Formats: sequence, structure tokens, C-alpha cells
Amino acid sequence: MADKVSVDEVAEAMYKQVASAQGVKKLKPGDLNKMMAEIYGDRVDRDTCKLAIRKLIESSRCVYTYFGGSYIELPHRESAEN
Amino acid sequence: MAELPKTPLLDELEKGPWPSFVTEIKEAAKHKASSRDLLGLLERSYRERLGHWKHGGIVGVLGYGGGVIGRYTDLPQDFPAISHFHTMRINQPPGWFYTSKALRQICDIWEEHGSGLTNMHGSTGDIILLGTTTPELEPTFQALCAVGFDLGGSGSDMRTPSSCVGPARCEWACYDTLGLAHDLTITFQDELHRPMFPYKFKFKCSGCPNDCVAAVARADMSIIGTWRDDIKVDHAKVKEYADKGLDIERTVIRNCPGKCMEWDGATLAIDNSACRKCMHCINVMPKALRPGDDRGATILIGSKAPIVEGALLSSVLIPFWKPEPPYEDLKDLVRTIWDLWAEEGKNRERVGEFIQRVGLGNFLSAIGLDPEAEMVAHPRENPYIFYAVGDKE
Repeated sequence: MADKVSVDEVAEAMYKQVASAQGVKKLKPGDLNKMMAEIYGDRVDRDTCKLAIRKLIESSRCVYTYFGGSYIELPHRESAEN
Repeated sequence: MAELPKTPLLDELEKGPWPSFVTEIKEAAKHKASSRDLLGLLERSYRERLGHWKHGGIVGVLGYGGGVIGRYTDLPQDFPAISHFHTMRINQPPGWFYTSKALRQICDIWEEHGSGLTNMHGSTGDIILLGTTTPELEPTFQALCAVGFDLGGSGSDMRTPSSCVGPARCEWACYDTLGLAHDLTITFQDELHRPMFPYKFKFKCSGCPNDCVAAVARADMSIIGTWRDDIKVDHAKVKEYADKGLDIERTVIRNCPGKCMEWDGATLAIDNSACRKCMHCINVMPKALRPGDDRGATILIGSKAPIVEGALLSSVLIPFWKPEPPYEDLKDLVRTIWDLWAEEGKNRERVGEFIQRVGLGNFLSAIGLDPEAEMVAHPRENPYIFYAVGDKE
């Protein structure tokens, strides 16, 4: 069986997905998990995805947002604050 | 001190003998500009019949995706002190037991960092701290952590588990609701603080079928105490109730949903096999009747208030479960359900709605549970469950 992919690599791949979707589509953590499964197949599991999301949030590269549901986005100034 | 705004419409809500939130906001407005602006904004909303709040957004504390609900007014030029007025949800202790010292600490922190206004408690059970600004969120969080409190849930995460007072103060408690709620809170910290589901997921733990936390109507997973042996009867006490004028036939026997009781004027007879565990008879004659000794809980799934779709009540998932720490059997079941729902659930679809969409039979099959008779109220009521001919004993 192929080696498991690292948390850092998954975090980077998730970041790219979030960055490319910014302003176009809001992604939920579940969406990112499914994207990672498509990219890495059985080399990635849900726990790795959870740790990768945690890494992105705790490093402030991404933030949680709430618009009816919870999403992961790049930090930005929200329009409601203006 | 600045003058309070004129609020003729809100003043109507101070009339009558009951407590008024308007009175409390006015009291806070004597020393908080945010409360003065809040009065002004609320009066304007009542006058215009229009809400002036925007909710949601980015705000939170570092690392957490829940616990803070961003709120902004769309009239910041008129009410600058509440241009940000975020809500913080704080994880309540199980059963809502506090020391007065702890309550003072929370209030002192909130006076310093926020509006000073609280809602004890929100519908999920959390302590609700109403109104602060974005820069004050992190200092408030740090101050609360220093005295032993943490944020609760919000957004698409596991919401703060809540429980009734349970065995701490109630003789009907069939299991340790406080212990289970605390254990679930600690075990699922990640799910509580980091939204990862299609939508919210609530646990509520009630110690008996009286269901004081309304788990059956409001929790995605309701854990409600019950028993499976016979109701304990003190016949002398039953007679005492009758001698003191209680009409047992009218108030107890005729109200029994299982029609499992008979009263001949001297003896109460119970067909325990037909008992629905509704607690009615026990509530009417608490000195004479008690739940049995073989106590545990029924696990139900799927209730919710109307948000995206209509209201749902819970359905039985596990008819009888013995809650014993560390509750690994329950946690394994929960993780299995979460995995399925996270994989297959639609955005903003509660687990009850998910079950309705895929069908209870398919749901049970996917989580590895067999259908049981307790899951349906009447034969063929639930068209999603099919029994093969060979299944019947």
C-alpha cells in the first residue's frame, strides 16, 4: 500500500483549493475532505484532513466563517463589518 | 451620564408584574453606551417593524470555529456603540450548577469586556453573553479560560451538550445525566470547537421520560432515562392518596396511554408489559409509585426545530441502553453516524432530515443496526422498514 500523505502536504493542498475557490464558492470542511480523497485516494484519511484543517486555522492562513453554515475561507474583511 | 433614548414602545414591555428585559437593559444603559444604543435600535425596529441586525461572518477566537456569533447593525452611523455587537456562547456546566463566585466572575469579565448583558441560558443551554466588539473577543476568551470556562458550540458543529439536573437533585433520574453530558463534552472537544458537519448536531440528556430538557423535541441525539422492569408500587401510599380525595380512576387510570392500569377502589393493578413509561402515574402519585430498579436510557435520533424544513420529533434508535462510563458503545455509534452524515448529508441538512431523505431502513443498514419493533409505533406505520419472511420468530 502507498505511504500515507503527510498533514503538511494535505494542508497545502487544501489551502490551494480554498484560495482558488475564494469569492466563487464557499467550501465546507466536508467539501475539502472529499477533494482530498479525490486527489490522494486511500493515502489520506479523515483524521489527517482534520489535522490539516486545524493547522490552516491555527496558523491563521484560513479562517472559519458562518453564513447559514460553517465554511473555511481565506481571511478577509467581511462586508458586514464595513 | 448620557440621557436614555425615548422608548414609548419598549416601555409597554415593562408593564405587568413579571420581569422585563427592557428594565434590565435600561439599568445597564446607565453606565454602558452600548446598552443605550441597543435601546434606541430596538425602539426603532419596533417602530419600523424591521430588524436592523446582520448576523454571521468571520469573527471568532483563534483556532475555534464556534462559540462566537457575529452581529452588526446596519445603522452604525446612528448607533455607533453597537456597530459590532457580537454574541459569545459559553459552555455551561452540566445541569447548570454554579457557585455564586463563578457567576460573579463571569459577570465581572463581561462588564469589563462586553455590554454586561447576559441571557441565562440560551435554547441549547449555553451561557449567552450579549454584545461585544471584535477586538474584545480574544481578551474575553482568555479571561474566561483563566477562570475555567470555555466557549460552546455554534455553526455546523456539535453543539454544547446539555442535561437535566439528573441524580444531583431528582429522584426520578434513571442514569447520571450530568456525567454523560460532561463526558461527551470532553470527548468531543474537536467536534465542539471546529465545525466539520453538514449542519449542527445537538445532544441532550434527560434523566427520565419527563424529559425536562425537551430532548425529544430539540436534540439530534436524545438520551432519555427509562427502566425495563416493573413500576415500584407502595399500595399503602396509593390507598392514602385515595383516602385524601385523589380520584385515581379519573386522574390516573383514564390518562394512562398504555391502558395498563386498573383500580378497584382498593388495589392498583399494573400490566407492566403494556406500560409506555410516560411517567404520568408517577407524577400524580410520587409517594406511591416509582420507576423500576433496572434503569438505563433510550437513545433517540433526529429531532429539530423548524429552520430549513419543518419540526421533527426524535425516533427510537436504541430502545434500552445501560449508560456506563466511559460510554464507548455510545461514542462508537455516534462516530459511525457522523461519518455517514458527513459523507452523504447535504449542506444545512440536520441528521433527522437526512434520515427522512435516505429512509430509516437505509440509514439503519448503513450504520449497522437492525430494525426493532420499538422504532415504529404501529405495524406498517413506517414504510421504510421491511422484514423478510424468515425474520419472524
